[in-house]
Amino acid sequence: MSSKQEKGWKELSIAAVSPKSSTGFLTGDWKTYMPVHDLEKCVSCLTCVMLCPEGAVRWRPDLGKIEFDFTFCKGCGICANECPTKSLTMKMPADQKEE
Amino acid sequence: MTTTTQDWKFTAKDVALKPDLFLSGHRACAGCGPATVLRMIMKATRGPTIVTQATGCMEIVGSIYPYTSWGLPWLHTAFENAAANASGIEAAIKAMRKKGKIKQEHIDVIAIAGDGGTYDIGLQALSGAIERGHDFLFVLYDNEGYMNTGIQRSGGTPTGASTTTTPAGTAIPGKLEKKKPITEIIMAHELEYVATATPYYWKDMLTKVRKGLEVEGPAFLHIFAPCPRGWRTDPSKTMAYSKLSVETCVFPIWEATNGKRALSTPSKMYSLAPEKKKPVTDYLKDQGRFRHLFKPENKHIIDQIQQVTDERWQKLLKQCEQA
Repeated sequence: MSSKQEKGWKELSIAAVSPKSSTGFLTGDWKTYMPVHDLEKCVSCLTCVMLCPEGAVRWRPDLGKIEFDFTFCKGCGICANECPTKSLTMKMPADQKEE
Repeated sequence: MTTTTQDWKFTAKDVALKPDLFLSGHRACAGCGPATVLRMIMKATRGPTIVTQATGCMEIVGSIYPYTSWGLPWLHTAFENAAANASGIEAAIKAMRKKGKIKQEHIDVIAIAGDGGTYDIGLQALSGAIERGHDFLFVLYDNEGYMNTGIQRSGGTPTGASTTTTPAGTAIPGKLEKKKPITEIIMAHELEYVATATPYYWKDMLTKVRKGLEVEGPAFLHIFAPCPRGWRTDPSKTMAYSKLSVETCVFPIWEATNGKRALSTPSKMYSLAPEKKKPVTDYLKDQGRFRHLFKPENKHIIDQIQQVTDERWQKLLKQCEQA
């Protein structure tokens, strides 16, 4: 049943310690819609960075713009709804390919 | 010792560059309000911090074995004793410092619990810990129900909300009782710092977290955190509800230092310009849990909600004037 590589209960740490970081658990495949960013309208107010529940929007000072991490984005649409300049729109990934 | 609130400015770019301590990959629903709250409040920490969390949505989503979403020491505890656990941690830090086992000058302790773990189950542990004067910050993220176990009513559920234990139908129109005024109960303990906050006004929220951590002794923070799953709302509207709750004065934000209350800027606007205050129907109308209230036979409940909201708002204004 269990593979040979997996540890037995005697080899596990004593307290209930979680050995892995959740950054290894990619939640990006949960989404239906994904945010599409219009750089021309963006004023880098970072509202999306502050209000994202996933931490999937990151500020890149070296590039001078925000960057989406689609491996974690769950496609909730908070960023698009709160964007003051409407630089973000939620689209189906297929729609995006057509454009 | 690290910086104080005065010289630590929460500019958007500084906050954005501070690494997350509540990491991506947690399994909260899309559009989760409490997830934003946790991610953001952890950006206001000022150095070594230990977090202890009572059972609840946010405890579960961040700790599904073998993964953890926490980038700092974190302890799980049972539903009722987040505050008791925090007092234990704080006492242990003191004892270990006496023995010379801890080098750090200061270690902050944060206890996090949901509305079930604060309003109902964890209240006695919280009351005890505040009375004993332990140095910790208690953060209540209020999503107005036991969302983790399937949307049951809690002391924090507002009047008229339909939950699985107060289902709206022919017998009852949702929850009949009022929302428990938890901050009034906590204020009665005469502690140094009590505040309410909401994630839409993130700068205000982070400043309050930092103030709470700087206080020598217990501090309490009540954060309003909309839950799209339990409130039957669109996930993209989570922060819009966070904003509406302030605009309609359903959840005014204020802070009290040594018992002196002061409205925070977003709420202060509605005390200076009362005509800008929105009616509660703006807040209620698109929430699935209040949908039944818009039937003609339930109109009196909306009036009742408006009346209670106004009464509590007027009471708060008086309390702020006296201070």
